[in-house]
Amino acid sequence: MKRYIVKRVGYALVSLVLLSITIFLFVRLTGDPAVLLVEPGASQADLDAIHQQFGLDRPLWVQYGRFASSLLRGDLGHSFYYRTPVLELYLSRLPSSLLLAAAAMTFSLVIGIPTGIIAAVRVNRWWDSAGKIFALLGLSLPSFWVGLLLILFFSVYLGWLPSSGSGTAAHLVMPAFALGWYFAAAHMRLTRSSMLDVLGSEYVKLARLKGLPEALVIGKHAFKNALIPVLTLAGINLVIMVNVAVVVETVFAWPGVGRLLYEGIAFRDFPVVQATVILGGAMIVIVNLLVDILYALIDPRIRLDR
Amino acid sequence: MNGSRSATLTVAWRLATFRSEGFPTIPLAILGLLLFVAVFANVLAPHDPEVGRLGERFHPPFWQQGGSETYLLGTDHLGRDVLSRLLFGARVSIVVGFTAVIVAGIIGTALGILSGYLGGWVDQVIMRFTDTWLALPALTFAIFLAAVVGPSEMNIVIILVVVYWTRYARVIRGEVLSLKERDFVRLAIVAGCSKWTIMKRHILPNVLNSAIVLGTLMLGVVVVTEAALSFLGVGVPPPKPAWGLMLADGKKGLMAGYWWLTVLPGCCIMLMVLSANLLGDWLRVKLDPQLRQL
Repeated sequence: MKRYIVKRVGYALVSLVLLSITIFLFVRLTGDPAVLLVEPGASQADLDAIHQQFGLDRPLWVQYGRFASSLLRGDLGHSFYYRTPVLELYLSRLPSSLLLAAAAMTFSLVIGIPTGIIAAVRVNRWWDSAGKIFALLGLSLPSFWVGLLLILFFSVYLGWLPSSGSGTAAHLVMPAFALGWYFAAAHMRLTRSSMLDVLGSEYVKLARLKGLPEALVIGKHAFKNALIPVLTLAGINLVIMVNVAVVVETVFAWPGVGRLLYEGIAFRDFPVVQATVILGGAMIVIVNLLVDILYALIDPRIRLDR
Repeated sequence: MNGSRSATLTVAWRLATFRSEGFPTIPLAILGLLLFVAVFANVLAPHDPEVGRLGERFHPPFWQQGGSETYLLGTDHLGRDVLSRLLFGARVSIVVGFTAVIVAGIIGTALGILSGYLGGWVDQVIMRFTDTWLALPALTFAIFLAAVVGPSEMNIVIILVVVYWTRYARVIRGEVLSLKERDFVRLAIVAGCSKWTIMKRHILPNVLNSAIVLGTLMLGVVVVTEAALSFLGVGVPPPKPAWGLMLADGKKGLMAGYWWLTVLPGCCIMLMVLSANLLGDWLRVKLDPQLRQL
């Protein structure tokens, strides 16, 4: 068990290092990084100062050493626009993002799990086909378009919900729906296939042989076990939601990290853009690591296998 | 006469059985139509997609009050013809989408085969990079790259390739690992084939199906990502007509109720993505029954 965890942590560390190298190289090799690191409209003297400050005339590995050590110290640079450290800025926006992601996740699970179960129990009936169409639509409609359509109907035509901003529960409804829509489809698909797996297993057959009513077989024996992979995916998806929310947050002017990224693009605030991608990647690597370890704790087959 | 009649019957029978197997007639027709529109956009478009008349701003589509036959689907905030922009937008989506999917597919498949077949340190290097890049949230990664290289249609293709080749590499490597243990590969080794020959002649043809299925499914993902990038202002630069860009422009008139600027480009994106996904799902079942859990 210990060996397994050490190995996983090692992989995660390698991933984090490769991630920082990737970001570092993309900035350095695609042109003069000083142009990105200096504010738009800066003079040649400013450019030279940046070259000096970041040691851009030194060999690449020296530059990477500096870059990595500042990352380790939590220094992700200063925002040109807000004049504050980017990390502070990011952390101040994170609660909003998490709130939106939590709301979207709740919505996606409330829709995805029951429809998935019904589709699995009534496999190949019309409900299953309806579920398939729903899943396909969920995976095919771009979330920002869904958001724009929601605004058109509920804000412009009906006037029921505010089109942008945050603060009240009413502000949360449409962004959560637009963001959660795709994930509801994904969760439905997984619930369906997981439920089908479980329903074919020996212990469900036994429960049926014992003469348990079908509702009890599905509700008590199958449901709980079918839920494990779905909840794992939901855990990973929560982090992914924070990172894909950029378009939805832009549509609804929701003040999360996605909106921060959009402002980073709009104001040509490169440190913000760079920090968002580094932190996003790091978050996903860490969550994957946690899921791997959690799985090994639950399921001995995994830790003995490798 | 008899011969041609039986041939017709055979064709009809084939079409009928295709239908019963869920042959995606409608998705293929839509994709074909989009392809046609993309090729002949300059012939079909009634107006210049990039130049508008400021006096003709915000005309609704022809069936609504205030609409005219000159601008069938209305005009946008600069008085540009929406229909013409949609037609030319198909060109952008098709060119960007297909190029990115194919190039990413070639790179990802090649690296997946190398990684899976050679194993050892080659596998370690390629797979560690693949895992790392897969961990980067695709859209954020694409935005970052766009901020680094700047917006242009060519750069969008490069960005999408950089972001999405990893999806192919992961899946193809897994396939190769199981193919490697099959008898025909072992026989080829015994027969003295070089590694290169085995990879090219024996492995590649067997993973091609998966690559094609994956590519079809990726088409939708790539088109949506391109639209999102354009929507955020780091994709196809204005005034070029791209559907994502049209949505960004349409947002300005949304609160005033200019619905056609938002609904129509989105419908085009949806049709293309939906068709690609339906086609991909069908191909997946058709070409590779073992790959249903892709």
